[in-house]
Amino acid sequence: MPDFEFPIEVSHLTMAYGSRVIMDDLNFNVKKGDVFLVIGPSGCGKSTLLRHLIGLQPPAKGTVKLLGQDFWAMGETERQKFMQHIGILYQRCGLWSSMTLAENIALPLQLYTDLGEKDIQEICSSKLELVGLAGFEDYYPSEISGGMQKRAGLARALALDPEILFFDEPSAGLDPVSAMNLDQLILELRNSLGTTLVIVTHDLDSIFTVGTDAIYLNPRTKSIIGRGNPKDLLKDPPTPEIKEFLTRAGGR
Amino acid sequence: MSDATATFQNGVLILQGDWKRTAPHPDADQFLKDNPIEGPWKIDASQLGKWDSILLSFLSKVLAYGEKQGNSADLTQLPEGLRRILDLGVYGRKNATAQRRQQDQELSIVHKSGLFGLELKKTIHEIIYFTGDVTLSLFRLITFRSKMRWGDFFAQVINCGPRALGIVSLISFLMGLILAFVGSIPLKWFHAEPYVASLVGIGMLRLMAPVMVGVVMAGRTSASYAAELGTMQVNEELDALHTLGVPQTDFLVLPRFLAMTLMLPVLAVFADIVSIIGGMIVAVFDMDLTAHAYLNTLVTTTRLNDLFVGLITCFVLGTLDACCGCYQGIHCGRSAAAVGKITTAAVVYSIVCIVIATSLITVITVILKI
Repeated sequence: MPDFEFPIEVSHLTMAYGSRVIMDDLNFNVKKGDVFLVIGPSGCGKSTLLRHLIGLQPPAKGTVKLLGQDFWAMGETERQKFMQHIGILYQRCGLWSSMTLAENIALPLQLYTDLGEKDIQEICSSKLELVGLAGFEDYYPSEISGGMQKRAGLARALALDPEILFFDEPSAGLDPVSAMNLDQLILELRNSLGTTLVIVTHDLDSIFTVGTDAIYLNPRTKSIIGRGNPKDLLKDPPTPEIKEFLTRAGGR
Repeated sequence: MSDATATFQNGVLILQGDWKRTAPHPDADQFLKDNPIEGPWKIDASQLGKWDSILLSFLSKVLAYGEKQGNSADLTQLPEGLRRILDLGVYGRKNATAQRRQQDQELSIVHKSGLFGLELKKTIHEIIYFTGDVTLSLFRLITFRSKMRWGDFFAQVINCGPRALGIVSLISFLMGLILAFVGSIPLKWFHAEPYVASLVGIGMLRLMAPVMVGVVMAGRTSASYAAELGTMQVNEELDALHTLGVPQTDFLVLPRFLAMTLMLPVLAVFADIVSIIGGMIVAVFDMDLTAHAYLNTLVTTTRLNDLFVGLITCFVLGTLDACCGCYQGIHCGRSAAAVGKITTAAVVYSIVCIVIATSLITVITVILKI
């Protein structure tokens, strides 16, 4: 894959469930290597936007281009093949419960690479080491804690060395220390691998720790009402809603 | 793109070329066999091209080997990105809280049978506990102290009764038809065609209808009980009830148990009627009997006791079906795989219990000449 200045390009995207429009005419690009945050109040359509970006839901109107390719213009086979360029950490991890952690990480490698079983096992072990789960290869997801499941989910998302990583509420359900450690791990991986990250979150600590760029979705106007580095948005909030959100209604 | 190579000279591991998973690359085990690392060492990545997970897994194995020998590598001269990510791995290995597990196949037969014995003991204990719990719950219901919601009970009655009529009708109609067809062959040898009505009547009323309804409801409703309660366990809904002080047996098991136990005899009576009609069609069109003659033989040769034995069997089978489904659901693990496992178990155990219970009832009624 060639390098793209903007690995994600969204133009005139309208998201809807049937006739109910969630967001109308969204336009934004995500720069390579950025930690791009999608923020906004609960129910504003953050997760729906993520589902559009990762190909789980087709846009009602507009286009979503990932790595220069219009995701929804591709054929089914091409689209499936394309998925190896992106990694996703779901809010509830989405680890396959009938498989061990090593098998969870191995599956994408078995599907998309010609690597031998030994190489795959070694990659699984090194990914687990990376996220601090060395030795947990043969554990099932139900046998480890929520924080560990998040990290295992991250290891699986990293299996194919994706160019873009998507995170849905990575710190949801984690204690502050685990959430901070996960944020640090995410940052470390971004700095080491140069991956572009898209994070859907409303965790203020995460927003200011990891974010380099952000869009704020407003459910009332069904549009983006703020764009930029979260620290800049806090310093100079474009609207009172954003100020209220970023300062926890003035309490921060 | 140049080939990936790794050489070890004078305490320096030199990495060259592009280390991509799509291209050939050195094997870490072979490398360590050829170059046993001794003393302090470092990594030279100045001639390293592009890299991905393959390089990381190679280096992680080599670094872990060095760490085991007490020779940690000096990573300071590596490019920033590679160094930071290897540091994460080093940190992960140092702070590992788990050892890789022994695989099942490595366990000895004695160990495995010991584990099986422990598991069996636990299951027997749970079954006794569950039976006691349901009995106490019934007692609370009779003494008006139960927290069962009657709305749930009626919803389950509809689920077990009217909604199951379609499948029960289809199967019992065809069973009546088949029984009459097969029975007609030897009956014709002895010119005893009218007794096809007795065959269908006694066979279905006493045994076939209860067993079939029991098996159909095991697959249809026991499985759904297990899956529903199992999913509730996964979603912590059972925990929420427990912490609210609501006995899950009163709230979840009892409505299902009562609905299934009460509805199974009703379904069996319906199955009896439909199967008799099925048998009558064969008698009229294949055996040249009149409907009147068929019904007349049925009434004169079939005793009321046959119907009672069938209904009591149904009552027992309903209890077993409901208990198997609810027991499995409540004792579900906390994963999707566990839900699949208990759903299968619910159906298998229900059917095994049905066969055993029916055999026992048949033997007892024959001995008692009922």
